[in-house]
Amino acid sequence: MTSKLSRRQRAKLIRTVQYGVLALVVLVFAFAANWGEIQRAFFDLEVAKDQFPDIVTTALLNTVIYTALGFAFGLALGLVLALMRLSKVPPYRWLSIAYIEFFRGVPALLVFIALGFGVPLAFQVAINQYATVMLALGLVGAAYIAETIRAGIQAVPKGQLEAARSLGMSQGRAMISIVIPQAFRIVLPPLTNELILLTKDSSLVYLLGLSLTQYELAKFGRDALNENRSLTPILIAGLLYLVITLPLGHLVRRLEARTAKAR
Amino acid sequence: MAENITKLDKGPEAPAAEAIRLEGLHKSFGELEVLSGIDLDVRRGEVVCVIGPSGSGKSTLLRCVNLLEEPTSGKVVVAGTEVTDPDVDIDRVRRRIGMVFQSFNLFPHLTALDNLTIAQRRVLGRDQAVAERTARHNLERVGLTDKESAYPSKLSGGQQQRVAIARALSMEPELMLFDEPTSALDPELVGDVLAVMRTLAREGMTMLVVTHEMSFAREVADRVVFMDEGVIVEEGAPAQVVGDPQQPRTREFLSRVLDPAAAQLSE
Repeated sequence: MTSKLSRRQRAKLIRTVQYGVLALVVLVFAFAANWGEIQRAFFDLEVAKDQFPDIVTTALLNTVIYTALGFAFGLALGLVLALMRLSKVPPYRWLSIAYIEFFRGVPALLVFIALGFGVPLAFQVAINQYATVMLALGLVGAAYIAETIRAGIQAVPKGQLEAARSLGMSQGRAMISIVIPQAFRIVLPPLTNELILLTKDSSLVYLLGLSLTQYELAKFGRDALNENRSLTPILIAGLLYLVITLPLGHLVRRLEARTAKAR
Repeated sequence: MAENITKLDKGPEAPAAEAIRLEGLHKSFGELEVLSGIDLDVRRGEVVCVIGPSGSGKSTLLRCVNLLEEPTSGKVVVAGTEVTDPDVDIDRVRRRIGMVFQSFNLFPHLTALDNLTIAQRRVLGRDQAVAERTARHNLERVGLTDKESAYPSKLSGGQQQRVAIARALSMEPELMLFDEPTSALDPELVGDVLAVMRTLAREGMTMLVVTHEMSFAREVADRVVFMDEGVIVEEGAPAQVVGDPQQPRTREFLSRVLDPAAAQLSE
C-alpha cells in the first residue's frame, strides 16, 4: 500500500497520536486515583505543619553543616591526592591511584560503618560525631575530587608553566600562583556537581546513631514518618534537599556557560 | 675559559664578553636529533636573529638557553653562568633571561598589571608598590598604559604580545629571548610588536630572536644565523646572509620565504 500522506501530514499525525496517548494516561490517573487517600498519605497539612520549624532549623541546617564539613576536608585531601597523582615520584602516584580506586570502588555506606563503629571498636577511641561525618564524607568525596582537580591541572596549557618558570618561578611557586588558580576555574562546575552528590550522601549519617539535635533531613523525615504514618515528612525533606541542590545545579550551568564564553 | 665562568651563588659574577655561549650543543627527543652540534656566541648588546625552515631546531636552540629544554650534551653559558652545570640554581639564572613566546602565554586569570607584578613580587621579593611602579613603566614602554586593568582575553594578539614583552622586561633581564614573537599574529598587528622590539634593540638590549620576519632581521639584527636540520648552515651580517647568501640551502630557503608565489610557480 502506498502512503497517500505527505511528509508534513504524516509528521502532524504522529504528533497528534503522541499528545493523545499523553492525555489518556493523565485522564486515567486523574479518575482512577483516590485523591483523598493520596493527599492524606503524601501531603497531610496537619503533619506538614508539625514538622516546622525543626525540619529547617535543625535538619536542614545539619545537612548543610555535615556537607560543608565533608566537602572542606574532601577538597583539601583531594588537592593533595591530585598533586600526588601528578608527582614525578612514582610511590606518590601509586599511593594516590590506590586511594582513588579504593574509595571510588566501595560504597560510602561501608566507609561510614567503618568509621562510625569499626574505628572506635578497633582502637578503643571515641570520635566526635561531627569529626566522623567530616572524615567519612571527606574520604569518599576526596577520591572523586582528586580526579576532577587532576583533570583541571592537566587542562591548563603547558605554556603557562613554561612562562612562569621562564620568569624564574620554582615549580612549586608556579603551581601555586599560576597553574592551580587556573585549574580551579576550569573544575568549578564539576566540583559543584561533587558538592551536590555529597549533599545527598550526607543522609548516610543516620547510620551513626544521632541524638535529636544532630538529625539531618533524611533521618528527621524517617523519624517523623514513623510517628505520623504519613509520607508527608519524607516529601518535605525531599523538597528541602531540592532547595539546596537545585540552586547548585543552576550555578553549575551558569559556571559552565561562563567557562565556555571565556574560551 | 673556566675562570670566566663564575656560578651565581659564588659571589659576584665575572664580567663575560658573551651574553650567551653555546658549545657543542646537542638535543634529541627520543630517536630524533633536533640539534646536532651548535656553537654560537652572542655578545652583550648584540641582536642575533635565527632564521630557518620549520623543524630546523631554531626554537629548540632558543629554549635550551634558559633550559626549558635540557640539552642532551654540550654547554650553555649565560652571562658567565654555566646553566648546564647541574649544581647551578636555574631559577636564579632564569630571572635574568627574559623570554617571549609565540603564543604569548600571558596568565589569563590576572590583569595586565598583575601579569607584570606577580614574578617581581614572588621571585624578586619586591613589595607591591615597587612592583607596580616598574610594571607601569614597562607598560608605558610598550605603549599600553591604558590597558593595565584589562584581562588578557580582552586584548588583541598584538597587545597581548606587547604585555608579554613588558612582563619579561619588568624582571629587568640582562638578555631577551624571542621565540617567533609575531608568528601567531594577524599581519596588521605585527608592526606594533616589531616596533617595540626595534626600540629595545636600539636601547642596547641583548636579543636572540627566532623569526620569520626577514625585513626585521635585515634591518635590526647585528648578525643573522641560518639553521637547517639541526646545524648552523651560515651566519654573518644580515646584508650578507639575507642579501647575498653563499650556501645553496640558505638561498633556497630565502627564495621561498621572500617570494612564496614565485617559489610555488617554479615548483
